[in-house]
Amino acid sequence: MVGPGRSRCCGPSGAAPAMNCRAEVLEVSVEGRQVEEAMLAVLHTILLHRSTGKFHYKKEGTYSIGTVGTQDVDCDFIDFAYVRVSSEELDRALRKAVGEFKDALRGSGSDGMGQISLEFYQKKKSRWPFSDECIPWELWTIKVNVVNLANEQERQICREKVGEKLCEKIINIVEVMNRHEYLPKMPTQSEVDNVFDTSLKDVQPYLYKISYQITDSLGTSVTTTMRRLIKDTLAL
Amino acid sequence: MDTDLSSQDRKDLDKFIKFFALKTVQVIVQARLGEKICTRSSSSPTGSDWFNLAIKDIPEVTHEAKKALAGQLPAVGRSMCVEISLKTSEGDSMELEIWCLEMNEKCDKEIKVSYTVYNRLSLLLKSLLAITRVTPAYRLSRKQGHEYVILYRIYFGEVQLSGLGEGFQTVRVGTVGTPVGTITLSCAYRINLAFMSTRQFERTPPIMGIIIDHFVDRPYPSSSPMHPCNYRAGEDNGAVYPSVEDSQEVCTTSFSTSPPSQCVFTVTKAHFQTSPPMVTDTLKVPVMGLAFSHQPAALGVGSADMGYPVLFAGGLNAAHPHQLIGPGKEGGVPPVPNQPAHGTQADQERMCTPLDGVHYSAATPSSSEDTETVSNSSEGKCGSPHDLLETIFIRKVGAFVNKPINQVTMANLDIPFAMFAPKNVELEDNDPMVNPPESPETESPLQGSLHSEGSSGSSTGNTHDDFVMIDFKPAFSKDDILPMDLGTFYREFQNPPQLSSLSIDIGAQSMAEDLDSLPEKLAVHEKNVKEFDAFVETLQ
Repeated sequence: MVGPGRSRCCGPSGAAPAMNCRAEVLEVSVEGRQVEEAMLAVLHTILLHRSTGKFHYKKEGTYSIGTVGTQDVDCDFIDFAYVRVSSEELDRALRKAVGEFKDALRGSGSDGMGQISLEFYQKKKSRWPFSDECIPWELWTIKVNVVNLANEQERQICREKVGEKLCEKIINIVEVMNRHEYLPKMPTQSEVDNVFDTSLKDVQPYLYKISYQITDSLGTSVTTTMRRLIKDTLAL
Repeated sequence: MDTDLSSQDRKDLDKFIKFFALKTVQVIVQARLGEKICTRSSSSPTGSDWFNLAIKDIPEVTHEAKKALAGQLPAVGRSMCVEISLKTSEGDSMELEIWCLEMNEKCDKEIKVSYTVYNRLSLLLKSLLAITRVTPAYRLSRKQGHEYVILYRIYFGEVQLSGLGEGFQTVRVGTVGTPVGTITLSCAYRINLAFMSTRQFERTPPIMGIIIDHFVDRPYPSSSPMHPCNYRAGEDNGAVYPSVEDSQEVCTTSFSTSPPSQCVFTVTKAHFQTSPPMVTDTLKVPVMGLAFSHQPAALGVGSADMGYPVLFAGGLNAAHPHQLIGPGKEGGVPPVPNQPAHGTQADQERMCTPLDGVHYSAATPSSSEDTETVSNSSEGKCGSPHDLLETIFIRKVGAFVNKPINQVTMANLDIPFAMFAPKNVELEDNDPMVNPPESPETESPLQGSLHSEGSSGSSTGNTHDDFVMIDFKPAFSKDDILPMDLGTFYREFQNPPQLSSLSIDIGAQSMAEDLDSLPEKLAVHEKNVKEFDAFVETLQ
């Protein structure tokens, strides 16, 4: 399995956000029943780092930040535990996305390979009639390869191995997070919805969207099932 | 504007580093408690959540950390280290991890203290939360309790990694640059254990064989004692730790999108356990780039933290003039930690219950509900029978057994290595050659005599009745409540009763008879010589 690959879209760091989206790729090989937990572990770890408390704007120009709670989650099918933000809404949203991904992976036309992407973006308001632009600034792609195991002994080994691999992925994620590279500027009250997802009542992650692709046996993503969970379009 | 750090920034930075160090220790120790941690998010700032993260403060841990820091801050050459080690019920200990909070000389003068540094420290704490679940010691700590406990020790000064054995690995949690240096948080962990499946600890194998490299005598005798990482809720009588000299400061952060301009900063300090929250001290200092205000916070219960919220501003793009914030009411009460104070004394190295002192209990398959702790009776004294639990079960009579055995009494022993008995069955105590099997009346708890019926040679040999055995747990067997399980079967199978035809008595008897009857037989044969000869001829 390959560790995170780094690539930069055009533009030097420190340039305008439109030019600078860092991309990280993680790869995992898991058994079918481990897909959900493995994806949730990775996505929750990323979102833990990309969520803040709720902003409360006061008189012009200042704001206070709420508190983010955390909780431990034990996996049932993997020898692994991870920490996630204590927000049921966020957990539900992620579970929904991962559930769809898992179902798509199981579906016909798939040989068990796919990828799920978590993209953080900023909105840039455009004048009517143009719709708002979504400018990504960070893209995490998790490539998944589903393996089939023959017997219980192999499953047991897989439990442990996948647990170890996920530990490595968490370390990789943390390493990227602590490079302290570009993050959107803290917005004013009028701009906050262009940077953060303010729809949750207890935490405030950066605006994100999750999409996935299933590669069929030919290796090409013919069935580009790009389902977008875009909160802002739903709000419209 | 000069590039040196203003005094206010310096003060803030020191405060951030201090509380970051305290929160780091809390996160690490709480991650090794063996329990799942869960804290709630709160949309309104509560006034005591540093770095906007809900991290509970275990008072004993804070106390230890402050003691170790002794008013200093991590600096170059002076790191704060949290050592996590494992201690078995036998008393062997092994260092598992060292978490280091270090400062190096690389400064970032441009960075904004109250804003960027604060947020990056918050991010680093989140990374620490994630990484503490990922090192091998986490899984060990989740399974602690009976055979081993996890201990922590905080020290300040030079990092000592020698106790981790060879080939230890390091993982860097992250770094945050500040104007006075770069803060680095990392963990060095032992990897010998990484290859050992944690399932082995469930099966209680002899731990001695697994600890490959550990120091019983520490090469650097340290003054700070080890502390256990878990505690029982409710056991503590609510011991309140003496308030440390500086106050328990709290922080509510508020950020501003205004650009830096004229600003005012007020600070209030309130001391631990003073009753009403009061503004005791107000200081107005003009500071560039920061806007602050204060207000007393409505505070909580018992020994809850008292303090003040501090509002910050980060200079940003909005072109609003700076404004002071009026004292609005901050919502909410600081979350009082649900976890009670530490259950065991902090001052001595100790294992907490259920392993007080040097007692330990051998969990047995036949009496898993009734394990008692019995003192270590390695001196070989005949243990007081009332200390021993006995279970009686009916033993089935096998074929060819000449004497039916009605009952066998098993005594559960608490002897050294009782837990590891499968490997130690050949203990000298148990060797019948060294210690001949005793008659049942003495019922010495240490005599693991493997009686077999009739071997004692004593009279009628109902020596089986009180069958004293070492208790052991064979591999793959569970602690069952049922008396008949793999362990019992194994025991019986090991000691089948003698076949009657092979018993010495009868053997001896028959031989004597044979010898006696020989001359008679010879006489009879001689009489029939002619018949024998005729028979032989027919054969030829």
